[in-house]
Amino acid sequence: MADEDVVLLDFWPSPFGMRVRIALAEKEIKYEYKEEDLRNKSDLLLKMNPIHKKIPILIHNGKPVCESLVQVQYIDEIWPHKSPLLPTDPYQRAIARFWGDFVDKKIYGLESGKVWTTKGEEQEAAKKEFIECLKLLEGELGNKAYFGGENLGYVDVVLVPFYSWFYAYEKCGNFSIETECPKLIAWAKRCMEKDSVSKSLPDQDKIYDYVLHLKKVFGIE
Amino acid sequence: MAVVKLFGAWLSPYCYRVIWALKVKGIAYEYIEEDLSNKSPLLLQYNPIHKKIPVLLHDDKPICESTVILRYIDEIWPQNPLLPADPHERAVALFWIKFADDKSPLISKLFRTDGEEQQAVAKECFEMLEVLEEHALIGGKKFFGGDEINMVDIAFCSVAHWLGVIEDFAGLKIFEPHKFPRLNSWIQNFKSVPVIKDNLPDTDKMLALLKRRREMLLASKSS
Repeated sequence: MADEDVVLLDFWPSPFGMRVRIALAEKEIKYEYKEEDLRNKSDLLLKMNPIHKKIPILIHNGKPVCESLVQVQYIDEIWPHKSPLLPTDPYQRAIARFWGDFVDKKIYGLESGKVWTTKGEEQEAAKKEFIECLKLLEGELGNKAYFGGENLGYVDVVLVPFYSWFYAYEKCGNFSIETECPKLIAWAKRCMEKDSVSKSLPDQDKIYDYVLHLKKVFGIE
Repeated sequence: MAVVKLFGAWLSPYCYRVIWALKVKGIAYEYIEEDLSNKSPLLLQYNPIHKKIPVLLHDDKPICESTVILRYIDEIWPQNPLLPADPHERAVALFWIKFADDKSPLISKLFRTDGEEQQAVAKECFEMLEVLEEHALIGGKKFFGGDEINMVDIAFCSVAHWLGVIEDFAGLKIFEPHKFPRLNSWIQNFKSVPVIKDNLPDTDKMLALLKRRREMLLASKSS
C-alpha cells in the first residue's frame, strides 16, 4: 500500500500505546513511531489531540485517531484481511467490546494504580480488587488459548500490554500475580511468544525502573 | 420473531440511550423496570459482573454496558444508522462517545456531593461543556450526527436533560445559554426530535425522586 502514511505518537511505557503497536504489528503495517517527551509535548501532539493532549495518537494519511480502544477497532476495520481482531458475529463482538471496556475500567483504572501508589490498608484493598478482576478475566478466558479463541483477538490486544507492568505491581505490592492467577500468566506468556506482542512490550525491569522513578517524582514512598 | 427485552430504570440516562436507539430503528421491545435498591435475580443473572442496568436481552442473550448495547443494536438493525459509514468519521464519533461516557458520571456526582467537593465537580462539568462548545459542534451542525441525531447525540443526553434537572435541584448554575450558544442550540434541537421529546423522564418526577434520594444519602452519611 504505497500511499498509506501511518504515524504513531507514543510513549514507551504506555500500555495504551502498546495496544496500538500490537495491532499494527498483527496487521503487518509499516508505520513511523515517534517517541513523545510528555514533559515537553510536540506541536504535532497538541494539534492532533487538542482535547486530551495525550498519547497514543494514530495519524493515518494525516488524519488523527485518538483513544486506544477506538484506534484498535479502527486498525481492524481499515486492514481487515490480516489477523482480524474482532469477531464477525455481532453478539461475539458485543462480548469482546464488553470485556475490553471491563479491562479499561477495572485493570487500567484509577483504583488499580493504588496497588503501587499507596501503602497499608488502602494498598491491600486495591490488591484484593485487582486480583478479583484478574480472576474474572481468567473465567472469561476459560480453556481457550486466547480471549480471541485460537488466535489473538481484541481483548488479548487490549489486556496483554498490562503484563509488562505486572512485575512492578508485584514488587510494589509485595505479592505474586502468578500464584493468584496462574492461568492468566500462562495466557500472557503464550501471547509473548508472538513477535507482535514481544516486540511491542518493553522489559518488565524497565517498567519497574520507570515506576520507581515516578514514585520519586511524585513523592510516593 | 426474535424477542427483545430491556431491563432499565426510569431515571437512568444510560437506559434512555438504549430506548431511543431501539425506537429510532423501529424495534419492538418489552421493558422491565428494575428497582435498583432491590435488584431482581434475573438482572443479577444477566449482568453478574457489574449488576447494573441497562441490560438488553436479544433472543435470550444478554448484552451489558449501554455503549456496547448501542453498537450491537446498530449492527443487528442497520436501518437508520447511528454511526457514520466512513471509518475515520466513525472513529471521531467513537472518540466523542468515549468522552461522553467518561464525563457523564460527573453530572450525577454533582447530586451526590456538596460543599468544596461539589464545587470541584461543578468546575469539571464546566470544563467538559467548554470542550464540547469549542470542539464538538463546529461547522454549524444541527446535531453531532449532522442533520439527524446519531449515537454521539444520544450519548450526550445527560448534558441535554439530566444536567438541567440536577442544577435546579442543587441550586447550581453551570450551563448558561449565553456562555454556550452552540451547545444551547444543540440541546433545543435534540429535545425537539420526536423520539427524544416523547421519551424523556418527567422533570417534576425526577426532582421529587432526587429530593428523596438526597435525604436518604444525608441520613446515611450522618449515621
